[in-house]
Amino acid sequence: MVNRLRGGNGRALIIPAAIEFRGVTRTYGVTRAVDDVSLTVAPGEFFSMLGPSGSGKTTCLRLIAGFEAPDAGAVFLEGREVSSVPPYERDVNTVFQDYALFPHMDVLTNVAYGLRVRGVAMAERQRRAAEALSMVKLEGFGERRPGQLSGGQKQRVALARALVNRPRVLLLDEPLGALDLKLREEMQIELKGLQRRLGITFVYVTHDQGEALSMSDRVAVFNNGRIEQLAAPRELYDRPGTPFVARFVGSSNVIDGDFAARLTGSRQPFAVRAEHIVALTTGATLPDSHIEYTGALLDVQYHGATSRWQVQGVGTVIAAEPRGSAPPAPGAQVRIAWPRAAMVTLAAEPPR
Amino acid sequence: MNTGSLGGLLYRRPRLNLFLLLLPPLLWFGTVYIGSLLALLMQSFYAIDEFTATIVRKPTLATYAQLFSQPANMDIVRRTLFMAIAVTIACSIIAWPIAYYMARHARGRTKALFYVAVMLPMWTSYLVKVYAWRLILAKQGILFWIFDHLGLAGGLEALLATPGVGGPSLSSSYIGMFIVFVYMWLPFMILPLAAALERVPASLIQAAADLGATPRQALRQVILPLALPGLAAGSVFTFSLTLGDYIIPNVVGAPGYFIGMMVYQQQGTAGNIPLAAAFSVVPIVLIGVYLSLAKRLGAFDAL
Repeated sequence: MVNRLRGGNGRALIIPAAIEFRGVTRTYGVTRAVDDVSLTVAPGEFFSMLGPSGSGKTTCLRLIAGFEAPDAGAVFLEGREVSSVPPYERDVNTVFQDYALFPHMDVLTNVAYGLRVRGVAMAERQRRAAEALSMVKLEGFGERRPGQLSGGQKQRVALARALVNRPRVLLLDEPLGALDLKLREEMQIELKGLQRRLGITFVYVTHDQGEALSMSDRVAVFNNGRIEQLAAPRELYDRPGTPFVARFVGSSNVIDGDFAARLTGSRQPFAVRAEHIVALTTGATLPDSHIEYTGALLDVQYHGATSRWQVQGVGTVIAAEPRGSAPPAPGAQVRIAWPRAAMVTLAAEPPR
Repeated sequence: MNTGSLGGLLYRRPRLNLFLLLLPPLLWFGTVYIGSLLALLMQSFYAIDEFTATIVRKPTLATYAQLFSQPANMDIVRRTLFMAIAVTIACSIIAWPIAYYMARHARGRTKALFYVAVMLPMWTSYLVKVYAWRLILAKQGILFWIFDHLGLAGGLEALLATPGVGGPSLSSSYIGMFIVFVYMWLPFMILPLAAALERVPASLIQAAADLGATPRQALRQVILPLALPGLAAGSVFTFSLTLGDYIIPNVVGAPGYFIGMMVYQQQGTAGNIPLAAAFSVVPIVLIGVYLSLAKRLGAFDAL
């Protein structure tokens, strides 16, 4: 892939990828946690690995950190093959899901730990640790113990500790998973700002599609140890490549072959987003190049800005979020329609 | 609603519930355990009348004066203390890799097997084990036989020739006694240590490696400090068990006296209960000193 150059550093055009996987496989017993994955992450990129639990995304992260070794294939960091390089010799740092702060050290000692093991002098490492703490807005917390911090503060300490070594790559393993919604949104903005400012490559593992879409330059969607699709957030959302991605990212209606044949005359499976579906009043004419679907209104979920209708017709239940239409009572017959242009053709679901 | 029942009453008054639950064990602890300890302590402040050999029930420091003024008594204290320290150090060194493997690497059946194997010796009578060791360590015992056949008998002889700890055979030397002590108390070190190591989250060790710590640094700076409470607990066992034991020094080892033997003899054949009590206070004080030292060194910071 073509690497983008960061902020006019005027270096040669060929920059080795920050991270590269070539046909990496990792098995546990008979389970293929990571199954022949190849990917490249550019320097300075915010790269997310998105997928349900057990999809292999965390194992990929651990392969980069060096906590796992591939059974087949190779992992490269900045062009160097690292399959036999232990974690402590890799220029990557990790923010752990459970923060993994050392309970027997105070916050400053925790943050300075990476400098201490590298033999940085006491005064220098305290200065840099304090600097890292102020970067995550935790000045004055240096003498506390991790046990005295809230979840959000622990999160920031873990971030400062991982950044103090100035790694080339920062790995984040569901770092916001344990925080409440408000804090999570604040941290998303902060993380993205931090990444832009430092220019470090971020690899971000999450099962939250909102997080992945809002922060990333590119997202790899994992399923069953494989990458289903690797694309920029907008492309992923607008043009999901597989039924899995269509369902997992933004929950599309996925129309399989048989049902597609009835609606469009072609057996090509497709996806359509709930927000692209409009409601038609009885007797209204179908707008041009729209597909119509009629069914009983099963249920309505109120979401504030929109309402989600579950429409049961012949064949399947379609979720629709028609704008500006007040839903009729559940059980009523409703007509819904969507433009052909909003339909995204999908690759057929692989046989299981 | 069944407000009149005992269950309802206890539900509404959790403190009463707690009090009733704790009363029997607290009574047991308070009267039987602490009470007898205080009685013992009190005895040590009495003295024996040299002529009538009866206990004079008047508070005095004469017994302690006797304990500390006689060089032979201080030798006993010093000998027991050195043995306890040596046994504790040896147990912690031997227990560490075993406990580490049990806690961090063994899985499923292997792990269960290890725990059973560590506890198995405790199912056998203590006396049987001590006498078995006497036979193993004897001049005609299996250990000598093995060393002889391996052509290492000379090494063993040289070891036994060490002044102070050697002797005519392993079974009649302090080295032999040390071996038996270590064998006896090893499970008491392994189990708390393994429990402590098991509680160290794997992610902390990974975090250390991730930040650049070599395995040796991670061991010293992260794993060891976090396992220290377990090590402290285990060492209290090995230390105090060695300080108080009177059977092993009786059956195996050189003729020198140990604190436990002294207590046994003074309260039995010699009939000097105050001196026996004063001798029993020594281990209590030593363990108290040991614990406060351990606390000062930060052994319990990770708790």
